[in-house]
Amino acid sequence: MTAALANTVLAVETVVAQNVFFYLIAAVMVIAALRVVTTSNMVHAALYLVVVLAGVAAQFILLGAEFVGVTQVLVYIGAVIVLFLFGIMLTRAKVGAEDGLSHDNVVPAILTAVLLFLVMGFAVVDFAKAPWSDDTLLIDALDRAPTTVEQVSDSIFSTYIVAFEAISVLLLAALIGAIVVARKE
Amino acid sequence: MYLIQFLILSSILFCIGVYGVLARRNAVLVLMSIELILNAVNINLIAFGAFNGAAIPAEVFALFIIAVAAAEVGVGLALVLTIYRNSKNIDLHQVDLLKG
Repeated sequence: MTAALANTVLAVETVVAQNVFFYLIAAVMVIAALRVVTTSNMVHAALYLVVVLAGVAAQFILLGAEFVGVTQVLVYIGAVIVLFLFGIMLTRAKVGAEDGLSHDNVVPAILTAVLLFLVMGFAVVDFAKAPWSDDTLLIDALDRAPTTVEQVSDSIFSTYIVAFEAISVLLLAALIGAIVVARKE
Repeated sequence: MYLIQFLILSSILFCIGVYGVLARRNAVLVLMSIELILNAVNINLIAFGAFNGAAIPAEVFALFIIAVAAAEVGVGLALVLTIYRNSKNIDLHQVDLLKG
């Protein structure tokens, strides 16, 4: 009886903690993403992008996708951001804020983004309010173990082996293409 | 955690990315906004996978998306470097060679 009660209390506490951390991380991500698209300093934009990508990795881990979260940190924060910083440094050595990073008139862009969000938000909320999905949209992270690297690799190298090979060839082609395009004559 | 939390979060990120693509005139910043969009899609994929009980296929395809995004950034930045080398800036207003 007490053990069951303790388990229930633990479950409730875990759910509360999950939600608190979700909203905390989500708020940080949204603010950082807004700074990425509005800041007037390109290096700051890249560093705010690091915050967004780290937040995405945290959400992956919250959803039990540990391997994807770690890959997100390795590939995005480790490699893609460095690539962006190199791109910034190679195209412009200017340090500090500068003008002309955004269009002069951003009202159409704001309008498009807000309208798009209204449409998608309406679709999502409507989907959640549908009669067949009253209480079934819960992600039960409690009684679901996080997926292991073993499961993911088993799936990649058996079911999705053809897609994996295609991705490998695509990466090789992109690598060679990038070298050929960026090479001096 | 409800599925809708993640869907709303990813649609907010997606729309911020769309705004960045439309409002920025620096090519590198446009590429950063595209990264925001791709990450929003990945959150959606993982959330649906965790909700649906099909977590493994969702994670595999999220990994594929990460690989494709890395390739895209590599090629994109190589193109930006070439544009910069040819015209000494990467302002997308100035890149109008194809305009008649």
